[in-house]
Amino acid sequence: MSAAEALLEVDDLVVEYGAGGGRKVHAVSGVSFELLRGETLGLVGESGCGKSSAGRALMQLPRPTAGQVRLDGEDLTLLSGEDLRRRRSKIQMIFQDPISSLNPRRRVRDIIAAPLLIAGDKDKQAREMRVRELLDAVGLDPDQAMDRRPHEFSGGQCQRISIARALILEPEVLICDEPVSALDVSVQAQILNLLHEMKDRYGLTMLFISHDLAVVKNVSDRVAVMYLGRMCELASSEALYARPAHPYTAALLSAIPEPDPAKPPQPVAMTSGELPSPLDPPSGCRFRTRCPHAQDRCAQEEPPLAEIEAGHYVACHFPLWSGAAAAD
Amino acid sequence: MEADSAEPLLSVEDLSTHFQTPRGLVRAVDGVSFELQRGRTLGVVGESGSGKSVMARTLLGLLPSVARVSDETQIWFDRQDLRQLSGADFRKLLGPEIAMVFQDPLTSLNPVMTVGAQIGESLVHHLGMRKSEARNRAIELLASVGIPLPEQRVGVYPHQLSGGMRQRVAIAMALACEPKLLIADEPTTALDVTVQAEILDLLQRQQQERHMAMILITHDLGVVAGRTDDVAVMYAGKIVERAPTKELFDNMRMPYTEALMNSIPRLDDPPHTVIQAVGGRPPDLIDPPRGCRFSPRCRYAVDRCRTDPPELSATPDRADHVFSCWYPIDRSEVAA
Repeated sequence: MSAAEALLEVDDLVVEYGAGGGRKVHAVSGVSFELLRGETLGLVGESGCGKSSAGRALMQLPRPTAGQVRLDGEDLTLLSGEDLRRRRSKIQMIFQDPISSLNPRRRVRDIIAAPLLIAGDKDKQAREMRVRELLDAVGLDPDQAMDRRPHEFSGGQCQRISIARALILEPEVLICDEPVSALDVSVQAQILNLLHEMKDRYGLTMLFISHDLAVVKNVSDRVAVMYLGRMCELASSEALYARPAHPYTAALLSAIPEPDPAKPPQPVAMTSGELPSPLDPPSGCRFRTRCPHAQDRCAQEEPPLAEIEAGHYVACHFPLWSGAAAAD
Repeated sequence: MEADSAEPLLSVEDLSTHFQTPRGLVRAVDGVSFELQRGRTLGVVGESGSGKSVMARTLLGLLPSVARVSDETQIWFDRQDLRQLSGADFRKLLGPEIAMVFQDPLTSLNPVMTVGAQIGESLVHHLGMRKSEARNRAIELLASVGIPLPEQRVGVYPHQLSGGMRQRVAIAMALACEPKLLIADEPTTALDVTVQAEILDLLQRQQQERHMAMILITHDLGVVAGRTDDVAVMYAGKIVERAPTKELFDNMRMPYTEALMNSIPRLDDPPHTVIQAVGGRPPDLIDPPRGCRFSPRCRYAVDRCRTDPPELSATPDRADHVFSCWYPIDRSEVAA
C-alpha cells in the first residue's frame, strides 16, 4: 500500500465551532491522514467524535479552523470562489438521510443534473444522456424515475439518486457520511454492494464515515478510529480488527452485538460514564477518563500517533500490544 | 431456562391492526399469535414496516385513532381479557403490570418535569406513596439502573442528561412499579454501540432479577442473539418464523430469516466480502402479495408460493420451531 500515491492529504486538521461566551467546541483537534488513490478509508467513531466534521472540512464546508487539505498537491484551504468550486467538483459527498438531502420539489432529472449545470454544462441533450446513464448505473429505470419527485421513492432508492448525483461530475473522491445508517439491513446490503460496484466502475477513492464497525470493515481497505476529535488508531482493516492496539478500538469491538448466540455478549472494556464535553476535553489522552488502563502519564502527555507495525499507527502511551511484543 | 409449565403470562391470538388511510386500508399487523411465559424474554425482529412496533402498541393500547384492532384479536394477560377491559381499567395495568421503554428517550420523557418527579409520578398514582417516599424510591431506582450520583440526578431535567443516561431514566420509570411484563421497542437504536451494550446488559440484569417477562423489539439480529430465550421474525405484518433463539440461529427454516441474516456484514468476514443482498423491498401492505408475502423477493419461490399463503407450522420433530414456508430450508440437506 505504501507505494500507492496519496490523492488527498489531510494535515493537522482542526475544526472548532464557537459556542458562545468565548467557548469553543473542539470537534476535530489535529487529525492527519492520507487517502491513497483507489482505496477506501473507513472513518469510525461514536457520536461526537468529529468524524462528520472532518468529512465536511475536506469539502471546505465549512472551511477548517486550521490545517491543510491537499487534493493532488493543491491546498484547498487556500482557494476560494471559482477556483475552489472548480477544484472541489473532484470531491463529492453523500449523506445519511437520503430523503432530506434531496430537494422535495424538484424532479429526479433536475436533481441529478444540477451539478452539471453548476459546472457550466450548457448542452441540454448531453445532460439528459448523462442523467439516464447514471440512473441506469445505480439501478433505477430512467424512464420511470426521471420525472418523479423524491417522495415517490423509498429511502434506499433516494440513496441511489444521491449516489447518481454525486457521480455525475466524475469525481475522484467520494465522501460517504453514514450512507446506510438510516436504511433497513436488507436495503443497506444493496447500497453497500452498489458502492462497491460504483467504486470499481468509476475508479473512485472513498472516505467512508460510519459508526458501524462491521459495515466499515466490509467496505474499507484501511480504517481510522476517532474519539473526541482525535485519531486513536489507523491500520489496514485486517490488522485493526484482528489486533486492535488502542484500548478504545478494543472497547468498540467488544461492544458489537453479533448475530450468533454462540458468542454471548462480553463486558465492554471501557469505564462506563459520560463522554467528556468537547467544550472542555480532557488533558493529555482524551480517552483517559474512560480507559481501563489509564495512568498518570496519560493525563499529562498527549500520546502521538506512532507506528507499531508497518502501516499500523496508534496514539496511546500503553497500547494493548506493541511492535516488540508482536515480534515474539 | 425452563419454561414455566403454568399458563402463559401473555397470550396473543390472531392479532390484527389495520389503519384507514387515504390510499386504502393498511394491514400493518395481520393475524399474529404468540404466547409468553413469566420471566421469559421474546425477541421480535423485523425491518421497518414489518408491523413489530404496531404490534407492541396494540398490546399497550397506544394506537392512534385511525387504527382499528380486528374483532378476532384476543389478548390475554395474567388471566385478564385485555380486549374486554374498559379504558380506565386498562390504564390501571400500564405501569404496575405492563410497562414500556421506547426508542427515543428524549421524546418519551417529559421535558418540563425533573427526572425524580417523573419516576415518582407513577409511584404516587398507582401505589399511593407519599411524595417524599416516592422521591426516595426514585433515588433507589436511579441507583439500580446505574446512574451515578442519584441523589443529585433526581433533581435534573431530561435535557441535562446524555442519551444513554436518559434511556436509563426511562428504564427506571418503567421498572418503578415492578411490572410483570416489559415491552422494549428498539430501546438502543438511537444510542452509540458502547452505550447500547450497557443498556442491553442493564435490561437483561433487571429482567432476570425481577423475574419479569420481556418483549425486546429490534431490527438487529445481533441484539436478540445473545439476550433472548425465543425469537419471532416478522415480515409484512406477520410472524414468519419463531423458535428458541439458539435453534433459530442454528437451523433457520424460513428464507426471509436467512436473507436477513445474509444481508448483515459480519465481523468475521474479510474486507470486501460481497454481501448476499436480497433484492426488492417489503410489499405495500395495502395490497400485499396473494401467496407468501416474501415470495416476490424469495430466491426459492415457485408458483405455489405466489398463490397459496403458507400457515405458520412446525415439523413433527420440533414443535417449538414454527415457520411459514412451503419449501423451508433444510440445513441437513444443505450440509449433505
